[in-house]
Amino acid sequence: MSTTEHTVGADGSDHGNGVRRRDFINIAAVSFAGVGGVVAVLPLIDQMNPSADVLAMATSEVDLSGIEPGQAIKTVFRSQPLFVRHLTPAEIATADKVDTSTLRDPQTLDQRTVDGKKQWLITMGVCTHLGCVPLGAGEGENRGEFGGYFCPCHGSSYDTAARIRKGPAPKNLEVPPYKYTSDTAILVG
Amino acid sequence: MSFPWAKHYTPKAPLMQWVDERLPLPRLVYNAVGAGYPVPRNLNFFWNFGVLAGLALVVQIVTGIIMAMHYGANELVAFGTVEQTMRDVNAGWLMRYAHANGASFFFIVVYLHIFRGLYYGSYKAPREMVWLLGLVIFLLMMATAFMGYVLPWGQMSYWGAKVITGLFGAIPVVGEPIQTWLLGGFAPGNAALNRFFSLHYLLPFVIAGVIILHIWALHIPGSSNPTGVDVKGPQDTVSFHPYYTAKDGFGAGVFFILFALTVYFAPNALGHPDNYIEANPLSTPAHIVPEWYFWPFYAILRAFTVDFGIPFTSIVIIPAKLMGVLAMFASILLLFFLPWIDTSPVRSGNYRPVFKKFFWILVLDVIVLGYCGGSPAEEPFVMISQVASAYYFAHFLIILPLVAAFERPLPLPGSITEAVLSKGAHEGEREALPGMGSDTQPNSAA
Repeated sequence: MSTTEHTVGADGSDHGNGVRRRDFINIAAVSFAGVGGVVAVLPLIDQMNPSADVLAMATSEVDLSGIEPGQAIKTVFRSQPLFVRHLTPAEIATADKVDTSTLRDPQTLDQRTVDGKKQWLITMGVCTHLGCVPLGAGEGENRGEFGGYFCPCHGSSYDTAARIRKGPAPKNLEVPPYKYTSDTAILVG
Repeated sequence: MSFPWAKHYTPKAPLMQWVDERLPLPRLVYNAVGAGYPVPRNLNFFWNFGVLAGLALVVQIVTGIIMAMHYGANELVAFGTVEQTMRDVNAGWLMRYAHANGASFFFIVVYLHIFRGLYYGSYKAPREMVWLLGLVIFLLMMATAFMGYVLPWGQMSYWGAKVITGLFGAIPVVGEPIQTWLLGGFAPGNAALNRFFSLHYLLPFVIAGVIILHIWALHIPGSSNPTGVDVKGPQDTVSFHPYYTAKDGFGAGVFFILFALTVYFAPNALGHPDNYIEANPLSTPAHIVPEWYFWPFYAILRAFTVDFGIPFTSIVIIPAKLMGVLAMFASILLLFFLPWIDTSPVRSGNYRPVFKKFFWILVLDVIVLGYCGGSPAEEPFVMISQVASAYYFAHFLIILPLVAAFERPLPLPGSITEAVLSKGAHEGEREALPGMGSDTQPNSAA
């Protein structure tokens, strides 16, 4: 693709600026093949994304009636652990006392629970650091120094509103979308 | 490539002559690992580990192909098929223990190989490409080992997969889609297990391919040597065969003795009992640790517990999680720049008194990191990891350039032969021993 070449090209088509018809054909052909190649690779990459059966959004129903204040249960939502915790008045008071401006991920307990159901703390049981299941939902498990949940993998401690207080995790435990179907039952998802 | 005095391949048998004319494969072997490849005469036993790493790869491929014959890559049966291989398949226990411990031995010899390179300056010109390709092999090994560890679908397998793919989730914006894409789901499951199996089978052959490039790049300038002085003439070299085939053969014997002792008498010493519990997505083991060969990097990952932001404000620039991930990847990527970080023209640590001290401190530092990485995430290990991680980066980014600038190296020997003979003169009549090489020996067949 010499731009200084002004002689008539081998294919006999000189437009005066050194660009030959063949150069255009070359670039067009290679570009077309390149686009075609990229398009052909897309499904090869996309097949690694979650398949339809994995994506089929399951919802989970949880019965709250048997959970006493201070207790928590561990159940499953989208094949990941879900923590349902019945807070005691003392735990609620501790969570409310915290100045949110000191938090890494500032949120109040009210923002993390449903109006009038402040004692029910429903969060994913997936540490926001690297995805371990924190301890604290089971009977007698270590709840960490803030009385909520403690992740044994890398030492993240969550408080009684499941907010990150100490350790490497960047976010509070995620609150999944859920709604009350009755006074003592929720539908997650 | 070779030195001008390399012996030439002359097939004697008519059959070999016939083959060589049509496909010069015998010639390639002769010039690569035969009598046609002159090697510095003074290599010590630290030069065994490249060949030993190659042997370890062969062990892994052979035992791995056999394991795949008995394995079912499905989350419902994976754990069971591995146990069934151990209990019911003839010699299945041997295959699995050899494969699991073979991975550890592969990493042991590769770490020794890497530290050999660090001490003797093997990464310096003109061997930068050898070093870079070696690091590519190291990264491929880590990926292969990680995916292989997931396949038995035990508790450590599952949670290891979750934590390591979780690393990608730390990347801003695109992190979580990447994590989901890698796993084929929101948590490790059947999709992840199948693709890990597929890639775990593929990558060793990719490694074999990069090893060929690694050796090709090595054979352009030829091996370095403990003095770091360039080969100056035929008297400095001996032929690879029989001298180093014999020396590597001895090393291989020692390697296999230690390997057999581990496989037969302590097959689970390097593993975790938790991996004999089937994967349970609802229960994290109390203490998740990767295999020992990842511990130093795991310690760097966990060393970051505080967000990096503007002081006295709540503005976070890099969250702690992302910092840890970046630092862990940086600790390896840093090594790709080593040939240009260490600007000292002297290769061998033997002639660099200051460098030598810092080298051993680095070895100690990596061992400390490894110990912390294998320990629970609590004090004092977190604090020690932080100090040791900081030192690791300081070694490469601050200490090495400064040492290169201010160190006064010891006088180098005039040649490899001079170094060998003066050493021999101190220790006795070593140059008189047969097989030690002499002024005439490498030339004799030329």
